[in-house]
Amino acid sequence: MSTAEAAAPAHEPGKAREAFRAVTRDVAWVAEAPKPHKLWLVALAISMCAFAIGIYSIYKVVWTGIGVWGNSQTVAWAWDITNFVWWIGIGHAGTLISAVLYLTRQTWRVSINRSAEAMTIFAVMAAGLFPLLHTGRPWFAWWMIPLPNDMGSIWPQFRSPLMWDVFAVSTYLTTSVLFWYMGMVPDLATFRDRCVARGKNVRAIIYGVLCLGWRGSARHWHRYERAYLILAGLATPLVFSVHSVVSFDFATSQNPGWHTTIFPPYFVAGAIYSGFAMVLTLLLPLRYLFNLQHIIKQTHIHAMCRVMMGMGMCVAFSYLTEFFIAWYSGNPFESFVFLNRCFGPFWWVWWLMMFWGNVCIPQFFWSKWIRNHNVIIWILCIFVNIGMWGERFAIIGVSLSRSFLPSNWSYYTPTRYDVGVFVGTIGMFLMLFLLFFRFAPVIAISEVKGASPEAHAGGPSIGGHH
Amino acid sequence: MSAHEDTSKETGSGPVSVPEGGELYGLLAEFDTPGELITAARKVKDAGYTEFDSFSPFPVHGIDTAMGIKRTILPLVIFGGGFCGAMGGLALQWYCNVYSWGWNISGKPTWSIPANIPIAYECGILLAVLTSFFGMWAANKLPQVWHPFFRLERFGRTTDDGFFIGIQASDEKFDQTATKRLLEDAGAIAIDDCHLDPDPARKTMPKWITAFIVASTAFALIPFAIAAKARTSKSSEPHIHIFSDMDFQPKYKSDTAMDLFPDDRANRGEIEGTIARGWLEDDDLFYRGLVPGENGMQWTTGFPTTYPDGEKFVVDEKLLARGQNRFNIYCTPCHGYDGHGQGMVPTRVADSGGNWQARNLIDPVFGIPMIPNGQLFNTISNGFNTMLGYAAQIPQADRWAIVSYVRALQRAQNATIDDVPADQRSSIR
Repeated sequence: MSTAEAAAPAHEPGKAREAFRAVTRDVAWVAEAPKPHKLWLVALAISMCAFAIGIYSIYKVVWTGIGVWGNSQTVAWAWDITNFVWWIGIGHAGTLISAVLYLTRQTWRVSINRSAEAMTIFAVMAAGLFPLLHTGRPWFAWWMIPLPNDMGSIWPQFRSPLMWDVFAVSTYLTTSVLFWYMGMVPDLATFRDRCVARGKNVRAIIYGVLCLGWRGSARHWHRYERAYLILAGLATPLVFSVHSVVSFDFATSQNPGWHTTIFPPYFVAGAIYSGFAMVLTLLLPLRYLFNLQHIIKQTHIHAMCRVMMGMGMCVAFSYLTEFFIAWYSGNPFESFVFLNRCFGPFWWVWWLMMFWGNVCIPQFFWSKWIRNHNVIIWILCIFVNIGMWGERFAIIGVSLSRSFLPSNWSYYTPTRYDVGVFVGTIGMFLMLFLLFFRFAPVIAISEVKGASPEAHAGGPSIGGHH
Repeated sequence: MSAHEDTSKETGSGPVSVPEGGELYGLLAEFDTPGELITAARKVKDAGYTEFDSFSPFPVHGIDTAMGIKRTILPLVIFGGGFCGAMGGLALQWYCNVYSWGWNISGKPTWSIPANIPIAYECGILLAVLTSFFGMWAANKLPQVWHPFFRLERFGRTTDDGFFIGIQASDEKFDQTATKRLLEDAGAIAIDDCHLDPDPARKTMPKWITAFIVASTAFALIPFAIAAKARTSKSSEPHIHIFSDMDFQPKYKSDTAMDLFPDDRANRGEIEGTIARGWLEDDDLFYRGLVPGENGMQWTTGFPTTYPDGEKFVVDEKLLARGQNRFNIYCTPCHGYDGHGQGMVPTRVADSGGNWQARNLIDPVFGIPMIPNGQLFNTISNGFNTMLGYAAQIPQADRWAIVSYVRALQRAQNATIDDVPADQRSSIR
């Protein structure tokens, strides 16, 4: 299999085109292979089983009410909101890779941005489920939309951070879907043309409609690139605002452990950290399964590990700041909550999940040896995913279990339906991602071509070599 | 359009089938590299052509200036969209939470901008995103699923490895031979003629597609029509409850009839002897000032020994100070600060020509110094003659404090020289 990086001298006719063809073929192969990989089928089966558990749990939650969860008067926001914040955070890496790295001209992003964007969308879908179920009566979710109604002047309370959440998360989902789809259009056109060439007419019509009749016109590319740049420019402030708004849900309340101004940057750093871990968790095995090692290169994995290391240390610094402020503020409730986090009944969440996963794990990525060993990276990423979940739980559940009045104190234990819904969203997320990997252009074909040295072949500067 | 080709045949040049057809649409020339495409595009532009385009699998940088493509005004439109979104978001919040129904949140101003910024911000981004997405496709006149060049098998590679320039026959400068030569000189590796379909029926959209779009649009409007009808008409039928929620519950509300009980009432009264939690008050001494005596319960002459919470009851300076404080608040209006019954109320009654006396608590003539502490406590609690009970205003512990203070007042004002320590008697005389 020829590789995309074999730079052809400009004067050799056909060499550049050969390299472009190789990129198309290697990516399209993922979707065109007549039979999917056995491991892919196994993974799909497992994730569908998990999804089925989730559907059953959701049925119980909706039909019986959220009393089947472990939430109580004291720990009113528990697993559900923890999962919401965790999933939203994971989504953020996708937008960061596709938008922020685009604006900063990090060309290595082209190999992973498509799948990272898909991950964002599926993660936001999983996230949105939790507040929806938490309302108890999800069929009234439309009450959050300011619609004229026959009950008189009944409107949402727009100064509530929970309403900000509704607007931020729905804008985020819309933007992510449109950004993802727009980036995919030229590659869907590639799929259309390959299906036409292979005589697969039904598929050709589906891809042909989905790609809106894209024909690679330079006049179209001109506007397309402008719009793509602007979308990236819009998605960047959006992604920072979304997790900031999520953190406002907590920061604007009075509860010790929540009422702090560090939350917006702290949450965003954690989001990027956990999101990159999830990208690696997904891509390391799939890249191997679908022979994409020469497109998603080891240097790209290095870069992602470095981002995780940097962001992990931002998170650790935020922890340090929180502890310092808890002591420095002289607020007895605040300092108690932080002591309780480390030495209270939930001590293991702090030490085993937060401290190990988010403070210790990133330090491993200093080692180049580790950055070259994908199995180790994958295991470390699993720890990061667990660690970030622990952080969300420590902030939400553990803080609530020890609020101002000792009469409010309680312990929190999840029920099987808490676990079931969470497992279900993981199943849904993996299932959608595996299906995406099989049926859509998983790598931004046109962007990989545009970022390759051959993109300048035959030019006045006689490029081709960087 | 559905040309069959072996996937292994991936060379750019060489003969490929070109469908014969009617009218000439234009010429399509293929180039080997992006660089050559740019050079050729510049030559075509410099030769004066305007109705031409180039096609590539990815955006070739530098082609815009070579082809003379003007910068798109899309960014301005998107800015307009974003601005409208942000202002619209602000206006929406103002209309809902200020104009239509002002919300009082902790006494803050109804219109306090900082709390309205996040939603205005998100609305601004949302509208800008929608404008860029839909605006871009509209400006590109997409979706357009069909194009004459799609008839050329070779054109299918424009999304793979093909770099093309297409010149339309409608261009003023178009001349089949001269234009072909220009493209050859520019370095084309293959040039195809592109003809439109000879069948005129295939130039327009098939009628069944049009019919389908019209019919589905009409059907889609039906639910809205029903909703609009329902909003303007009256019906004696109750609402359709898809989810009944808690609107209908199998329960009786208070003060309704119910035939299960003999009194036909849904309300059930308290069971005889029910006492609310924390209201048992079984300590007779503390709550009522009573102690067991020879003839049943009688008034205590002392004080309680403990409070209900178990704390020891001590008559000390602190208790007296508390008693003074409560006495001065609750008792002085009638009984006066010194307890002689010369408070503000009897004074004013006298000033207005009336005659009403408050009891003198001090002078033994009126008997108060002689009554037991328990009776004094009971009088404060339940009143006596024209005095109303103060049980609702003064907690028991404070009533006992007042009793101690009244005793102190009596002692102080009925004192004799024998009460003064012997070594200080000289200083008083």
